[in-house]
Amino acid sequence: MNLNATLFAQIAVFFILAWFTMKFVWPPVMKALDERASKIADGLAAAERGRQSLDLAAKHSAEVVREGKDKGAEIIAHAEQRALQMIEEAKAQARREAELVVAGAKAEIEQEAVRVKESLRERVAELAVAGAEKILRREVDAKAHADILAAIKQDL
Amino acid sequence: MAIAHEAAANAPSAGEYVVHHLTQLNTTGHAQTSIVDFSVINLDTIFFSVAMGLLGLFLMLWVARRVTAGVPGRGQAALEILIEFVANQANSIIHSKESRRFVAPLGLTVFVWIFLMNSMDFLPVDLLPSVWQWATGNPHAFLRVVPTADLNGTLGMSISVLLLCIWYNIKIKGLGGWLHELFTAPFGNHPLLYLPNFLMQMIEFLAKTVSHGMRLFGNMYAGELLFMLIALMGAAYGTSVGATGPVLWIGHVIAGTAWAIFHILIVLLQAFIFMMLALVYIGQAHESH
Repeated sequence: MNLNATLFAQIAVFFILAWFTMKFVWPPVMKALDERASKIADGLAAAERGRQSLDLAAKHSAEVVREGKDKGAEIIAHAEQRALQMIEEAKAQARREAELVVAGAKAEIEQEAVRVKESLRERVAELAVAGAEKILRREVDAKAHADILAAIKQDL
Repeated sequence: MAIAHEAAANAPSAGEYVVHHLTQLNTTGHAQTSIVDFSVINLDTIFFSVAMGLLGLFLMLWVARRVTAGVPGRGQAALEILIEFVANQANSIIHSKESRRFVAPLGLTVFVWIFLMNSMDFLPVDLLPSVWQWATGNPHAFLRVVPTADLNGTLGMSISVLLLCIWYNIKIKGLGGWLHELFTAPFGNHPLLYLPNFLMQMIEFLAKTVSHGMRLFGNMYAGELLFMLIALMGAAYGTSVGATGPVLWIGHVIAGTAWAIFHILIVLLQAFIFMMLALVYIGQAHESH
């Protein structure tokens, strides 16, 4: 419990140790702590940015999906409409062609009828001439009465 | 102690044992006779305080050299906890950023250094003295291993803090400002109060410094003394008769364990208190009355 010069030595040691710590121990650790703090802050900021861009992307993708759906629905509606139109067109075409065919057939039939009528007329005229010839064999000269026969043929 | 007193003729009595253990290894080679003698230096205190200081510094330096801003290892994490703890205390007590650049590392140094010096108490009380006596070949060689149980050690540190207080007083307030404060605070600026103010300030500085050093010294001195008494109890085993021997031996084990465990708290607490008071006193030097 005696005091002696150890006191002064201890004072010197005290300041040397404190100086040493201040110079070589404290700064690197503090620097590392500060750097880590800023790293963490950067990381948090980056995470926040990432979250925001994720939100944005989600919104954007929802928009794209909705747009796609709309477009798809539109295309389907368009296609259905087109199909209906095509069916209608096909029907109309078919009808037109059928009409043409029917008209052609009718014309042919009429022609045939005209031809048959013509030939029938010829035949009846011949028959009438033949009949008349048989009746008038003796007194009628086919050559002399040709104009009468032609007039009868004309009336048939 | 009475039992130990019945030891063989050449063994020391209990009183001699304790006194021998409380005598410093100094430059004179024998116990210091006068209370104050500045021609003497306690070699053991110097050696162990420097050794503990270097141990603490190099442990911290070793970690600090490998420090990384990335994922810290265990050693770095431990040092960071310690440094942040001291830095937080310094931040809340000392408001000058400029001063903190020195005072905060100083707080860390003081804490680690005193903790290590106090921890010398955990070594068996006879271990290093016996080694020293064997090494020197002198069975009566003195050695004390706890630098903080030497008043020179603790007062040396508290006076260092006082010097820092004076330095910061002058640095912050200017020599004139500080002298003005010495005579006008704490009672007020009146010619009649100059003397009481000055005396009060002197008493304050003295009380702060003495109590600062004495508190640590008293705790560690008492702790060391108790370890010696516990060791004496165990040592009485060999000289006692009948059933008291084993009882003393068991008593040594129980008391030694209990006191050592409790002493961990004291060692840490006293280091913390010394650091905190150093910060507080230096912080006070920054404040104007």
